[in-house]
Amino acid sequence: MSVFKDAGHLFRFAGLFVLAFLVFLVVRHYVVPKSFGRYGHYRGAAIGEIAAHPIRFAGHDSCEACHADVADVKKSGKHAHVNCEACHGAQAKHAGVDDPSTAKPVLPDTTVLCARCHTASAAKPKGFPQVVPADHYAGLPCNTCHKPHSPAMDAGGAK
Amino acid sequence: MNISRRQIMILLPAAAVAWKYVLAGTPEESPNYKMSDHWWSMLIDIPKCIGCGNCVRACQAENDVPDGNFRTWVERYHISDWQMANPLGAMTNPMTDPQVISPDGGKEGFPVATDESGKYFFVPKLCNHCADSPCTQVCPVGATFISPDGVVLVDQTYCLGCAYCVQACPYGCRYIHPVKKVADKCTLCYHRITKGLTTACCEACPTGARQLADLKNPKDPIHEFLKTHSVQVLKPQMATGAKVFYNDLDGSVR
Repeated sequence: MSVFKDAGHLFRFAGLFVLAFLVFLVVRHYVVPKSFGRYGHYRGAAIGEIAAHPIRFAGHDSCEACHADVADVKKSGKHAHVNCEACHGAQAKHAGVDDPSTAKPVLPDTTVLCARCHTASAAKPKGFPQVVPADHYAGLPCNTCHKPHSPAMDAGGAK
Repeated sequence: MNISRRQIMILLPAAAVAWKYVLAGTPEESPNYKMSDHWWSMLIDIPKCIGCGNCVRACQAENDVPDGNFRTWVERYHISDWQMANPLGAMTNPMTDPQVISPDGGKEGFPVATDESGKYFFVPKLCNHCADSPCTQVCPVGATFISPDGVVLVDQTYCLGCAYCVQACPYGCRYIHPVKKVADKCTLCYHRITKGLTTACCEACPTGARQLADLKNPKDPIHEFLKTHSVQVLKPQMATGAKVFYNDLDGSVR
């Protein structure tokens, strides 16, 4: 043991290092989230948390499950590829409950709604149907003549 | 404790196998959705966009985006005709100097354009969900990341709000949330696409100018579209591996 005779101070110092390292490990265990590093250098559980955000737009499949009649009318018209919520707005509150009448959607005002897409502008693609609202039928709501779900004039008044 | 060489030879491989399972982690929470089966992207068909702003409004409604910030927005480009720039005979270069407007991100549409000269087009923009994204690489705390299904996300409980990622994004797609004081951005409606729905902007687009696409799904129509159309990404020279594909994108778009 003569080699270690005067080495006590080194052992005490080394012990301090070991203790500090253990403290570091304990602190690290509690500070680093459990799922950190599950998929990469980030908290894996964050993915599930982001996916848990509530849905506001129900999706056209939900709409068509009940409103098949409207879907049929729409299918043959010019608006066949316009999803329901593009005009009616986010309706998950209406679609996601047992009694949809508790969250009845507000019918959009066609004077404002139709103009958003169909107001004539040199910037819009040339083939897209456009009108100057003031000249087209001064101030009257569009649905006086056009039925929004099948807007062509010869569509015969279907709603 | 004495461990023989024989015991070591058995214990080491067993420990290696166990460690592999530790690294792989537990399976995801959503049972019907497997992250490794998807690689999300988006297709934007410029000639179909009419600049109605439906996508911007839908995004705000779906994701509680604060006023004045945008996860997606629409820009209107006007490439004017070539004109004399000065009496010496030099000409303007509308290709390098396009007129771009995006009033309130295009949320309420665009003013009527009356100048018939030149050409116009709309460019909807959003996070490009880059496969080699600069924004995730600069995060000092690991609060932003590319998910295993290819979506760039922000862990808002972990984010410090240092805004380094906001500066790093070459497309200007991130912002600091004015209330939460953390980085916020397009999640590609991660809460929707993991449940089989499309994104809010795609759902609300009346002309089909925006299409969610899954590059890992061999039946996704995007594969045929990419083969048959002239498709570009924004700032390809930055090698970000951007996954928002623009059909018929004009060279003046930056």
